[in-house]
Amino acid sequence: MTAPPAPNAALRRPRIAVVDYGAGNLVSIDQALDRVGADVVVARDAEAFRDADALVVPGVGAAAPAMERLARRGLVDPVRRWIEARRPYLGICLGLQLLFDGSDEDGAETLGIIPGRTTLLGGAPTLPHIGWNQVERVRDHPIFDGIRPAADFYFVHSYAGSPTDPEVSLATTTHGGTFVSAVVRDNVVGVQFHPERSGADGLRLLENAVALLRTGAWTAGREPAGVA
Amino acid sequence: MLCRRVIPCLDVANGRVVKGTRFVDLVDEGDPPELAERYAAEGADELVFLDITAAPEGRGTLLDIVERTARRAFIPLTVGGGVRSVRDMRDVLRAGADKVSLNTAAVADPTLVSRCAARFGRQAVVVAIDARRRASGPQPAWEVVVRGGRDATDLDAVAWAERVVDLGAGELLLTSIDRDGTRSGYDTDLLRAITSRVGVPVIASGGAAGPADFVAAIRDGGADAVLAASIFHRRTHSITEVKEAMAAAGLAVRIAAEPAA
Repeated sequence: MTAPPAPNAALRRPRIAVVDYGAGNLVSIDQALDRVGADVVVARDAEAFRDADALVVPGVGAAAPAMERLARRGLVDPVRRWIEARRPYLGICLGLQLLFDGSDEDGAETLGIIPGRTTLLGGAPTLPHIGWNQVERVRDHPIFDGIRPAADFYFVHSYAGSPTDPEVSLATTTHGGTFVSAVVRDNVVGVQFHPERSGADGLRLLENAVALLRTGAWTAGREPAGVA
Repeated sequence: MLCRRVIPCLDVANGRVVKGTRFVDLVDEGDPPELAERYAAEGADELVFLDITAAPEGRGTLLDIVERTARRAFIPLTVGGGVRSVRDMRDVLRAGADKVSLNTAAVADPTLVSRCAARFGRQAVVVAIDARRRASGPQPAWEVVVRGGRDATDLDAVAWAERVVDLGAGELLLTSIDRDGTRSGYDTDLLRAITSRVGVPVIASGGAAGPADFVAAIRDGGADAVLAASIFHRRTHSITEVKEAMAAAGLAVRIAAEPAA
């Protein structure tokens, strides 16, 4: 189901656009992607990511100010069109939450790519949920290749997306209650944890992402959800 | 289950890591990016970088060293020292910090906590509280001190902790000034007084001598994470030793994956 790689594909460094909308630290994601073999472009407007192989939307914090800043930079429609065109998208933390319909944190309307809402973590003994916690896969995906089951990843958040369709859930994590900590739908992968801050396992996940881009498997193998 | 964190602290003066006893008798312990990389490889769960001469010298944080440090360690980095405004916080985050620690500036203007939380989210705002035990009174009580313990504020540490959490602090870094540098164990009474009153994670700091102290800070003090400086810099104890003791006491800890070849 995956197209054979082009002759020089293994040597090519994919171009990954990291969307900068003023939501904090881009140094760690830039450094991590560079380490695993990607060329990083920091994109402050849509023009900057047009020719990229993949879009990474990082970010921490609340949804409303993030949507405002995306809008101010004219990025809302281009990001939505990117995803609708089935181009590779990796959302990290807030970059995952923005894919849902809206956020309970501040009532913001978000991108509406994945049905469901971002809700407060239920039953949590401490909030924010800060630290390393186990990511339990509920199904296989090559983004987790070579990473042992229930490996620890770094989290820093109080809210998480609750997809209405359980089929999009790729992994779950428990802090009091259990929440969805990774999703996949078509060309979109989203993680609630921070792979760029999760040591060797986090780098492995990003390396897997780069490998999927190199071989074209990110889009070639991913059928739309619900299509057998 | 959420793991309890072990956090080496880099006290940075003039661009170098110095011995953990703050401000006095500074001894050079190495280069911040180099130590950061070493600790990440040894299994540190997070790093705290405190620019301890920024506030006394009235200057901003050393952003270039923060960035070089952030680029060497693929674990979270909290940076404190010299952050006095939302703009300062933005600059420190842009240099590669994941969280920013506010201390003296938050005491001077508590609205800084709420303004930073509104802009960057409460999960990025750590308030560092330096507390000193009050001499008198039937019940133990602690006073907030600033500028590395040199200035008293008359603020009650427990009340201040509750206030900054209300204002938007997502985490507290709680240092016992009485214990700091003494190697006599964490002040578990102080920790318990605050962890029993707030719902955010609390990082214990000040007084670590050995692995048993880390266990006590969590089990008796209710800390979510435990910070130490000199015992790691001097290799008195390794992070692995500390985590083994924590695991033996039944606490959840992260056993790091082998770095990819």
